Amino acid sequence: MSRNTERTEELRAIIKSHKRWDIIFGLVGIAAIALAILTLLALFTEMVIDGFPRLSSGFFTNFPSRRAGEAGILSAWVGSFFVMIVTALFAIPVGIASAIYLEEYARKNWFTDVIEINISNLAGVPSIVYGLLALGLFVYTFGFGQSILSAGLTLALLILPIVIVTTREALRAIPQTVREGAYACGATKWQVVSDHLVPYGMPGILTGVIIGLSRAIGETAPIITIGALTFIAFLPPVPFTGDPAAGMFDWLFSPFTVMPIQIFNWTSRPDPAFHANAAAASLVLVFLTLGMNGLAIWLRYRLRKNIKW
Amino acid sequence: MPSTITLPENAPALKAQSKNLDFYYGAFKALKGVTMPIYENRVTALIGPSGCGKSTYLRCFNRMHDLYPGHRYDGKIELYPDDVDILDHGVDPIEVRMRISMVFQKPNPFPKSIFENVAYGLRVRGEKSESYLEDKVETALKSAAIWNEVKDRMNESATNLSGGQQQRLCIARSLATDPEIILFDEPTSALDPIATGSIEELIGELKSQVTILIVTHNMQQAARVSDYVAYMYLGEMVEYGVTNDIFMKPKRQETEDYITGRFG
Repeated sequence: MSRNTERTEELRAIIKSHKRWDIIFGLVGIAAIALAILTLLALFTEMVIDGFPRLSSGFFTNFPSRRAGEAGILSAWVGSFFVMIVTALFAIPVGIASAIYLEEYARKNWFTDVIEINISNLAGVPSIVYGLLALGLFVYTFGFGQSILSAGLTLALLILPIVIVTTREALRAIPQTVREGAYACGATKWQVVSDHLVPYGMPGILTGVIIGLSRAIGETAPIITIGALTFIAFLPPVPFTGDPAAGMFDWLFSPFTVMPIQIFNWTSRPDPAFHANAAAASLVLVFLTLGMNGLAIWLRYRLRKNIKW
Repeated sequence: MPSTITLPENAPALKAQSKNLDFYYGAFKALKGVTMPIYENRVTALIGPSGCGKSTYLRCFNRMHDLYPGHRYDGKIELYPDDVDILDHGVDPIEVRMRISMVFQKPNPFPKSIFENVAYGLRVRGEKSESYLEDKVETALKSAAIWNEVKDRMNESATNLSGGQQQRLCIARSLATDPEIILFDEPTSALDPIATGSIEELIGELKSQVTILIVTHNMQQAARVSDYVAYMYLGEMVEYGVTNDIFMKPKRQETEDYITGRFG
């Protein structure tokens, strides 16, 4: 009996000394999180304090101006909007088709292995490199010029690996038994893909697309490389308007600027009044990306509710 | 091991027959010269320890192995009455799967409505008429003994059903296209005893309209549902015969050891 009590005492002492590490790591963890969150919070608060007073309807409907108080982000957000449309129109179909091909059609051999490794590597290539590639390829070789089309295609290339990787992950998450069930019904590969895999993978695919686009909307370096303007006081031509009338696709070849470049331009001015403009525009950009990420989470949640295995 | 088997007397019509069937996963020979008859409107059960090749054998019948690289068939599976060798390179696996359907080990309904699950086989065949689809779906669900449970919730997601209901739905899905043979791959191994009982009862009822080939790891189940049993071990068919004979007076010592639980 006394031997037993002694043993229990011993065990308790050991457990107590081991548990000290639980407490120590808990404290380290809290400190780490606090550091991250507080830094972000400080940045965000400063941005709100500086920028919020500048947010008015005029800020969204005015072109940039030499006078800080009258300057707005009209050409920047319109430019970002059209560039994103081109990016989405190119990156979504190409990315999803590539992912489906790699995951469902391609035979697994050294060649597809090489492609796989390269796609993962592409996601890590610095964005400026995409800008240089696009400057040579889109702007000069293809002759698209310093246009919305060039910018949209550049950003599409940049997010293509993200779209491909997330689509493949979404397809891989579909259990093999579901594929076999569909094949056992006599379905062809395309019927399995279009009736099952794409619909069931859609929550993941959409998430990838939106995350990709929200990355693209904040990109600056490649857009500067291909030659976006920093001061622009006109909008891309609306089809069939103006004199001579603009063609259906003339807006694609229009010069443009985008939000991050406008912000960059304002922060590099000496007049502090422009810095307030930059903070306000940053605020808009941050809310745009937060909104897009929020949309991705909401869509995934909504769509996944109906898909269980 | 027998390379040929003597067919039972007064045997019913043959629906299919595998002749000297070898199957390889890459370099691994998973089936070794399996010759076996499948009788029309009868239940044939495949038993044997894990890894003996019974599922591999079953999945040859709808060319499921074709989905994966590195497979190779040698030998034949003849399907009657038209004498077609379903393993022949000239025969499209999709054509085979349209004639021979399958129910899997784990219920695998599509995350679609109950109706769409059962209608899917007909939809891939290009069936457009909604009234025809509704008729076929209802008939299949009735045959699978699940109609009364789902008739008022046809548009609900199939994944909300219980495990046993899901498996009966999968049976309805495989019935809706009027297959000639249904393959069951351990259909009750993921189900509770009550759901298992209802599936076994259902298999007994279905054999009047379709030929059934079932893999089971449960010998009592084989004894309850089947008319013929094949005992497989290490890729070979050790013994085949009428269920009662196999369980009461097996001819081979290995079979007896397995059935009596001394091995496996």
